[in-house]
Amino acid sequence: MSVIRAENISFVYSPGTAFEKTALDDVSFEIEEGEFVGIIGHTGSGKSTLVQLVNGLLRPTKGRIFLEDKDIWEKPKKIRNVRFRVGMVFQYPEYQLFEETVYKDISFGPRNMGLEEEEIDKRVRKAAAFTGLRDELLNVSPFDLSGGEKRRAAIAGVIAMDPDVLILDEPTAGLDPLGREVLLSQINDYHKIRKNTVMLVSHSMEDIASIADRILVMAKGRKYMLDSTANVFSNGDELEKLGLRVPQITKIMMMLRKNGMNVDPAVLTIDQGFNEILKCLSGK
Amino acid sequence: MVRDITLGQFMPGTSVIHKLQARTKIVLLITLIVFIFLCKNFISLLLITLFSLSVIMMTRISFFKYLKSLRVILFIIIITGLFNLFYGSGDVLWQWWQLTITTGGVYNALFVIVRIALLMMVSAVLTYTTSPTDLTDGLERLMKPLTIFHVKVHEIAMMMTIALRFIPVLLEETDKIMNAQKARGADMESGGIIKRVKALIPVLIPLFVSSFRRASDLAMAMECRCYNGGSGRTKLKVSRFGLADLFAAVISLSIFAGVIILNILFPAVL
Amino acid sequence: MKDFIRIENLYFQYEASEEDENRSYALNGVDLSIGRGEFVAVLGHNGCGKSTLAKHINSIYLPTTGDVTVNGINTKDDDRLFEIRKTVGLVLQNPDNQIVAGIVEEDVAFGCENIGVEQKEIRKRVDSALKAVDMYDYRLHSPDKLSGGQKQRIAIAGIIAMEPECIVLDEPTAMLDPQGRDEVMKTIIRLNKEMGITMILITHFMEEAVLADRVIVMDSGKVLTDGTPREVFSQVELLKKHRLSVPQASLKSF
Repeated sequence: MSVIRAENISFVYSPGTAFEKTALDDVSFEIEEGEFVGIIGHTGSGKSTLVQLVNGLLRPTKGRIFLEDKDIWEKPKKIRNVRFRVGMVFQYPEYQLFEETVYKDISFGPRNMGLEEEEIDKRVRKAAAFTGLRDELLNVSPFDLSGGEKRRAAIAGVIAMDPDVLILDEPTAGLDPLGREVLLSQINDYHKIRKNTVMLVSHSMEDIASIADRILVMAKGRKYMLDSTANVFSNGDELEKLGLRVPQITKIMMMLRKNGMNVDPAVLTIDQGFNEILKCLSGK
Repeated sequence: MVRDITLGQFMPGTSVIHKLQARTKIVLLITLIVFIFLCKNFISLLLITLFSLSVIMMTRISFFKYLKSLRVILFIIIITGLFNLFYGSGDVLWQWWQLTITTGGVYNALFVIVRIALLMMVSAVLTYTTSPTDLTDGLERLMKPLTIFHVKVHEIAMMMTIALRFIPVLLEETDKIMNAQKARGADMESGGIIKRVKALIPVLIPLFVSSFRRASDLAMAMECRCYNGGSGRTKLKVSRFGLADLFAAVISLSIFAGVIILNILFPAVL
Repeated sequence: MKDFIRIENLYFQYEASEEDENRSYALNGVDLSIGRGEFVAVLGHNGCGKSTLAKHINSIYLPTTGDVTVNGINTKDDDRLFEIRKTVGLVLQNPDNQIVAGIVEEDVAFGCENIGVEQKEIRKRVDSALKAVDMYDYRLHSPDKLSGGQKQRIAIAGIIAMEPECIVLDEPTAMLDPQGRDEVMKTIIRLNKEMGITMILITHFMEEAVLADRVIVMDSGKVLTDGTPREVFSQVELLKKHRLSVPQASLKSF
């Protein structure tokens, strides 16, 4: 059974005014339980609008979104419950920190869910562990953390709600390479252990290639394609026409192939690429 | 959504009114408003109404836009109109229970409605035809004489410029933070007043923190670009009074003189 | 002409807000010399001191010990502060927070207005600066509606209009999308090649550092290595040891 299903959803910002803008135009897709889906697209392709529709922060102008076969807007008053089940980490999430201590900030979501104190405590500690926040950091002010720690505390605040679907919008933006790598592997570990569904919006094709099962490509408010990661990146020329890049290693493979080397261009990581080239060289 | 709020309704254009100096427009507008309230009879009121309407026509902005500027205060216009209608002396026209409408009341109501409507529309002429920067610049130059009283005119103008620049940025930021907290289940739409105020804390604190960060960044950026207060500064756009400004002043002054004369010639109705 | 900017034995410690016994130095003995017209990338992960170093070059920070000289002027020389800032412009990370005015051309004029450039000359400089960053068509727009890359180019134009000899860019692309990053990098390279402006690019993107003539890698407030991109990125082991990654495509190549 699909966990998220979108049926012909469209979204128009400020309808009826001079600023009217169609951000999303007749998009349908299905996401299976436990999948890791990457979402790529240009700025303005509608990907941020799309994820906000999925967790019920925006209501589609047209079309319907189903969470486990139930229309999420069936009871608009209960939309908060959808937001608890579909957790959303925004871009630069550290700008949402506000409590006196990291512990209190992470517990904001679970507390809004009306959980027991004991359960809240369990979840806060678990979420902090997932994101690699040391215990002694839980009692300091979130504003005293370093940039990377703030980011992780904010993500923990969403993970603590234990959502069935976790959406992350550019979680690594602005981090240095080391910070990106660590955060991505934490997200991946969390996904593997919790076995939930993750949707990751990112500009970094290297990040997406290394982690996603499938990729949803958005262009001009429409779904361009939704396919396995290898298939999407083997369409390198098409992606480049959309102004999107492919991972550097995939690009190298494409170039090698163009120059007559018999390698498979659907290579996503450096190790795969390394082996592929070795295979090709020894074969000759 | 918060981001729908548009600030400063400047509508670029090339009309005569657009080309007038901001200073000219500000001074004439203030005088015009004073004279709108100085009209004592229908004839002088008619003169000033016709004058205001022709200025509005000259801006070449659709009249509908001006009517829209009235929408915000429509309620106030109706209430004060009604209040004045039942409050006044003179011949009784209609009576029911405690409510009496008199000729004086009708006059009062008419005057009040026309005055408030004109006030809003001529103010809109200024904001519609003058860019926010020109407006601040105009105010800075008009207030210049106040520097002898140690009023920090340049600093006030700089603050206005920065505020105008950052209001949209902060509105957008508010929107983002609200969404982020809503995604964590913050409930901002229900409950009593205390609950709602409390619900704002998760939005206000991050907003303050980020405003301070922005302020310190901006201060550094300004320092890097050699900002050192108002002394020794030059301007990209130096506006000088032109013939158009002179004409505008002469025409307006004659209208204002007309109002005074008509006020004397004809009996006051109020 | 190697000595346009000279940094000698630079140590810097942030002023602590509270009692803090063993405060560490953000800069730990930096010696560098940068020539006129060079395009230098300073690379390192967060907290390595690269941004702190950037802010020393135009006198935003002053050395705790050591000296920074720009064009022969010591940055500690308070009387010649504006001279230094006219010579070295600084572009910051967040494009929103460095635009002062509500109209593009007025923002670009801001620096010129501050240093008292004559009106006709400001007009000329603003127009040519906007053309140099390819934003002339947007001169009457409000910055709000522009993309991040466009805003960052406006910020660069505002610096160029002051006719500096050097521009320091402190992670100018960190908050931009790939397209914006591209626009800004192309602008930087063009200004360096065509106008001969010395560019010092602070970044943590290896892909950007590769485009420079010279790469300086920093770690823990010190210069780790310094050379052409080819020289620097071939030291895969050294970079790995300091947990810096190299561009994906060069990982296996050495």
